[in-house]
Amino acid sequence: MTKVVEEKQEVTIVFAGDSGDGIQLTGTEFTNTNALYGNDISTFPNYPAEIRAPQGTLAGVSGFQLQFGSVEISTPGDACDVLVAMNAAAFKVNLPRLKKNGTVILNIDGFNARNLKLADYDESPLEDSTLNDYRTIEIDVTKMTRTALEESSLSKKEMDRSRNMFVLGFLYYMYNRTLKGTEEFIKQKFSKHPELIEANINVLKAGYHFGDTSETFTSRYNVKAASLPKGEYRNIMGNQATALGLIAAADKAKLDLFYGSYPITPASDILHELAKHKNFGVRTFQAEDEIAAICSVIGASFGGKLGVTASSGPGIALKGEAIGLGVMLELPMLIINVQRGGPSTGLPTKTEQADLLQALYGRNGEAPMPIVSASSPSDCFSAVFEACRIAIEHMTPVFFLSDGYIANGSEPWSFPKGEDLKAIKPKMVDTKKGGSYLPYERDENLVRDWALPGTSGFEHRIGGLEKEENTGNVSYDPENHQKMVKIREEKIQKIADSIPLQSINNGLESGEVLLLSWGSTYGVVKTAVKHCLKENVKVGHAHLRYLNPFPKNLGEIIKRYDRVIVPEMNNGQLVKIIRDQFLIDAQGLNKIKGVPFSTQEIVDVIMQKSQVK
Amino acid sequence: MSELAEEVVLSPKDFATDQDVRWCPGCGDYSILKQVQSIMPELGRNKEDIVFISGIGCSSRFPYYMDTFGMHSIHGRATAIASGLKISRPELSVWVVTGDGDALSIGGNHLIHMIRRNFDLNVLLFNNEIYGLTKGQYSPTSREGKVTKSTPIGSLDHPFNPLKLCLGADSTFIARTMDRDPKHQREILLKGSQHVGTSMIEIYQNCNVFNDGAFEVFTDKGSKKEETLFLEQGQPLIFGAENDKGIMLEGSTPKVVSLSDVSADDLWVHDANDKFKAQLLTTFFDNPSVEGHLPRPFGVFYQEDRYRYEEAMEEQIQFATEKSGKGNLDDLLRGKNVWKAE
Repeated sequence: MTKVVEEKQEVTIVFAGDSGDGIQLTGTEFTNTNALYGNDISTFPNYPAEIRAPQGTLAGVSGFQLQFGSVEISTPGDACDVLVAMNAAAFKVNLPRLKKNGTVILNIDGFNARNLKLADYDESPLEDSTLNDYRTIEIDVTKMTRTALEESSLSKKEMDRSRNMFVLGFLYYMYNRTLKGTEEFIKQKFSKHPELIEANINVLKAGYHFGDTSETFTSRYNVKAASLPKGEYRNIMGNQATALGLIAAADKAKLDLFYGSYPITPASDILHELAKHKNFGVRTFQAEDEIAAICSVIGASFGGKLGVTASSGPGIALKGEAIGLGVMLELPMLIINVQRGGPSTGLPTKTEQADLLQALYGRNGEAPMPIVSASSPSDCFSAVFEACRIAIEHMTPVFFLSDGYIANGSEPWSFPKGEDLKAIKPKMVDTKKGGSYLPYERDENLVRDWALPGTSGFEHRIGGLEKEENTGNVSYDPENHQKMVKIREEKIQKIADSIPLQSINNGLESGEVLLLSWGSTYGVVKTAVKHCLKENVKVGHAHLRYLNPFPKNLGEIIKRYDRVIVPEMNNGQLVKIIRDQFLIDAQGLNKIKGVPFSTQEIVDVIMQKSQVK
Repeated sequence: MSELAEEVVLSPKDFATDQDVRWCPGCGDYSILKQVQSIMPELGRNKEDIVFISGIGCSSRFPYYMDTFGMHSIHGRATAIASGLKISRPELSVWVVTGDGDALSIGGNHLIHMIRRNFDLNVLLFNNEIYGLTKGQYSPTSREGKVTKSTPIGSLDHPFNPLKLCLGADSTFIARTMDRDPKHQREILLKGSQHVGTSMIEIYQNCNVFNDGAFEVFTDKGSKKEETLFLEQGQPLIFGAENDKGIMLEGSTPKVVSLSDVSADDLWVHDANDKFKAQLLTTFFDNPSVEGHLPRPFGVFYQEDRYRYEEAMEEQIQFATEKSGKGNLDDLLRGKNVWKAE
């Protein structure tokens, strides 16, 4: 049946099913295909902590949300236009996200009596009034998949594993996309199992053809390429961008990269990515625990490598003492925290920004450290590159804060060329310099020289005990301790001289309300501010990449607005620091639900605050 | 850098620093420092290529007294720091200085994992069976019932048998020596330094302030010969005041026999390459006050050649480079699925 093709500027889709249904893969493939069509995209995978939660239960629902469009896309979308639900539980959990008159694509095989019971439905939502406000497409995906594989030798269980490909094929038909990219992906993924390649491609095609012949819907949609700035793009996930940023920074500093870490959600993908790139001289070390991971990094940095470790909140807590040693040793190293919901084990697969104060204050004694954060998946690249630059050029451990949302989310990235990246200059000791080497002698930025083992005449000892100024000898002298604490603090504050001034990222340069944000909230705050500007609200948006030290002009910027709102996915952390440093009545806007803000949540607060005169 | 340095003959004095050594007068650590400095010139390495790394405890002050590269790190972590350094700089001669609390209590996890990875480095485990720097609490090697500040009615902990623990983690070199036998200490330090892999050297070290005499039975002239068993490769296990006793294996059970009853030819002959015998030797760990106890062995218990983690890591890097070519940053950033916005 011929269908009308409708143009759409932006579409939000949620794929939902059991955690074993291949939802993340389906979403990722759909994303990659749309990226190749030039759409702007933002994604949000949302899955349970259990690898295979009990089938069909509400707790086991895995979701993948994406917004793609021909216009600029900064968030994965508030409400969705299309909900794909593989079973009753997935439907129940995600229905509140669906727009009125939105489309719901249901696998009706996932709505049998058992599924309904597991999803706590007394009556089937397919039969009561639940679906009245929506356009519904019902497909028996299991049956269709098995039919498509009638001639295959696979068991039923194996056949059912490719059900997600049927749904994906169907959506490719609906959104006017070719199957080519996903076919290539399948061929690579199952290169050792030709029978699985055949099966998955058959089912993918069956889904596509079902769309073509089905009479359950009448329109296909077309989403044209977005008018992104000219150039070449690729799609990238946050953790992947972080890994590439590390390799690039090591390259531009002419240092080898050493990465020591212990597996933890949601940081492990950085290790997986780096382990693939040993041909860049990358040494990845899966340590026995979090403490060994940071300590191996300290050893590597002492030896002259760019030492990096990554973890999430619980692991960072374990590393605290050793990070303090890094501060005392004044060696360059990077500590990455891909934040997740806390405290304790908290919400391992959900996102949060609640480790800012941990990064700033979470060590014994006065142990200042620079903190750099990333604002989006692709921004992880340049932000982590900058964090490495600070570590290497200022001889200090640096914190880099990402979070689960941007770590697993993806977006188009206008990737740079190697030659466009600035060289990073390690503070290597001048071996030609005469006289005796003093390990803690400093330059005008209070940065000491790096003398590596193997350098004749520069033998020296460093350690965690307080240092005598210049010589680095152990010192218990009271005057010296106070002086050294002040020096270490001033050294970090001086980094403000080498970072850009803060600019207003969106909206007005002065006015009623300033939205001051950091980290992964960038896209949603930007979208909300744009919306409010259209409503003639006098609002500006400043997004902080540098959380310690702050850009030098931040205090001046803050004074240009009547009110400052600090939106954060925590119980109010940046807002505390702002109030402390600038003595202003900044107000928190806090969401602590393990999921990102919706645009509307931020719009509502801006509108409310701007009306208060 | 090291390759350009001129050949100079170094003496032990070249390895002393200008720092005052601050251990208690009479501490066993002095003897160990002296022996370590004395073997340094024999490593055939330049000073700048040697690194001493320690954790926390009395023994961990050691790096300050060695004129090499050094790091006095945090409690229990010297082994993990040395691991990262060795992966990064395989060519360096790395020495870990640690104690019974540092290595076996707070740092126990790193110790066993470092051992199984078999980095080519040397560990000097100063065992004084007490916490000295915190002023006298029992340690993981203190004997059961040990009365200390934290155990006024006696310790309830069963002690670790350090060398058995190391062998359990598949150590490729385990040896024991003592502070009061400088000659033996020197010999064992040299053997350890020559082993390619992780050499675990346990050194009985007397803390004359908080645990004086802990090893007296092994070091005192009057009892030493009766209570100790010095292992020599290829030699029968003979000990005793008059060299009149030996160890014989009855099945898999070691027995003390008198050489007046048994010929030396029938005794257990030491073979440091025999893993099964090495395991038995580590169990010679009886409390010397118990009737019928076995003597305490000193020397190299076990030694084997196994691949080193850092070498395997270099091989993987080479392999990956040969397979995929030396990494090209532009290709990496570009990835495989690129589109153009016009």
